[in-house]
Amino acid sequence: MIDPSLDLRSLSVDRIRQDLASRRYSAVELITESLRFAESANSWTNAYLHFCHYRALAAAQRVDQKLHQGEDPGPLAGVPIAVKDVILTRNVRTTCGSKLLENYIPPYDATAITRLEQAGGIIIGKTNCDEFAMGSSTENSAFGPVRNPVALERVPGGSSGGSAAAVAQGSAVLALGSDTGGSIRQPASFCGVAGVTPTYGRVSRYGLVAFASSLDHIGPFAKSVRDAALLLGAIAGRDEMDSTSAFAPVPDYQEALTGDVKGVRIGLPREYFKNLASETGDLIARGVETLGKLGCEVREISMPATEYAIASYYIICTAEASSNLARYDGVRYTTRSSSSETLSDMYRNTRGEGFGAECKRRIMLGTYVLSAGYYDAYYLKAQKVRALVARDFSNAFQEVDAIVAPVSPFPAFKLGEKIDDPLAMYLSDIYTITGSLAGVPCMSVPCGATAAGLPVGMQILTRHFDEAGMFRIADAFERANGAK
Amino acid sequence: MKITEQEVRYVAGLANLSLTQEEVAKLRADLDEILTHIDKLNEVDTSQVEPMAQVLFAREETATLRADREKPPLGARLALANAPEGGPEYFKVPKVIER
Repeated sequence: MIDPSLDLRSLSVDRIRQDLASRRYSAVELITESLRFAESANSWTNAYLHFCHYRALAAAQRVDQKLHQGEDPGPLAGVPIAVKDVILTRNVRTTCGSKLLENYIPPYDATAITRLEQAGGIIIGKTNCDEFAMGSSTENSAFGPVRNPVALERVPGGSSGGSAAAVAQGSAVLALGSDTGGSIRQPASFCGVAGVTPTYGRVSRYGLVAFASSLDHIGPFAKSVRDAALLLGAIAGRDEMDSTSAFAPVPDYQEALTGDVKGVRIGLPREYFKNLASETGDLIARGVETLGKLGCEVREISMPATEYAIASYYIICTAEASSNLARYDGVRYTTRSSSSETLSDMYRNTRGEGFGAECKRRIMLGTYVLSAGYYDAYYLKAQKVRALVARDFSNAFQEVDAIVAPVSPFPAFKLGEKIDDPLAMYLSDIYTITGSLAGVPCMSVPCGATAAGLPVGMQILTRHFDEAGMFRIADAFERANGAK
Repeated sequence: MKITEQEVRYVAGLANLSLTQEEVAKLRADLDEILTHIDKLNEVDTSQVEPMAQVLFAREETATLRADREKPPLGARLALANAPEGGPEYFKVPKVIER
């Protein structure tokens, strides 16, 4: 039996390693308890879509066996991990938050899943998300919205809202999410946890259900920067199954967490701060002050293409989505409209009945911008503007080592508050989209809370493949901020 | 007005999406608003800029192809397992009628 005084919410990767080594509890006991907690907490947050008891307990048994035999059970041994339901898990239902894939059972594991389990990590369940990861609030899930564990009448952010909520409520110590335009960083900010979007190509996308292939990333959620770094270290690196995965060597991120950020040059893009008033702005300003006290050299920089990033992003991501989602046609993936006599009616009805409003909106916009006569005006133009956004970053990184920015213009909003205004929802992605377009590593680190107690995250962005530098700053900040 | 209901129906046809009249009206208004925002891009001079299809496309880290080695495939049974209707080695679809 597990010690009843153990608070699952206080667990970290290191703590679990020590507890397992000292036989305070076994991996099977810990996972049994985590599953029980996750299931009961789900009645108030709806963070999980389904649990995988059998797979989790079998994996926990393997960890216990290794411990018993004196073998190294891996850097994530016994750690309960929640996985966004857009990442394929063999023989465990993967729905992408869509009615269309309600009964889809993947025949293989995503590479990130394989690596995570090789490192001893235990997948306890699949988390709720906006349908096909399209949204900024997790209200677009076909299986009901997720509630923010910090403030239940509010959204957890999105699209990886379930993963952020699972870590924030403490039922999982780590979680995997996916980020296309902010879907890890924004929910991390809303739920008060760390969320990391690594360099494009750093983590294999094999087995990540495609939304916008040139922008999709898999990345970690954790309560601390250290744990997020550990998880990224376990899943990063070249994979033959994804030709866009990078060959760049993966450093030991733990070694980067020195706490020393003296002389690190930090840029504040003036375009990000000019319209940022309110408590969010104050909290970020205080965060920047803390970095200054730690010895960072802070200066203002300019990223002039910023104001065109949203328009560019919503052309590119919808164009890519419209072709990626063409495969859900009633032939291969579980759901088919029953009321169709001809093949083309079957396609149309399956998709018309299956996709939710946001997916339809994006498929329509993407199809429109790619259609005959519009390609140059929209898609090609957006790709050129994307190049300008990326150039802003390479110019900035000539004079600074990192960029610090807000994650979202506001903290978690109320359920239903923005769902009827799609453009307003898109515009709120402004601070996260630029990093996505440029493919640089970026993360949200908790930076404080508003007077109403709503968490606010601060974003740190670094050069391609410099996750180590990003973690060093975030970790030093986290220690200084926690010690206040 | 950037887009008409007739164009929305045309695009829905290209995208193989059946839409109700209500959806057509709502999508027309939504797309209109979004396309109006997107017009902002016309302010930017991109005459000297190469389009960027993918972020690390030219970088050596990703520009390498893997070795061409034979590997066991998934197999028909598994590949077909999620089909709404299928036989042992095929996907089943409604009959195709020539238009």
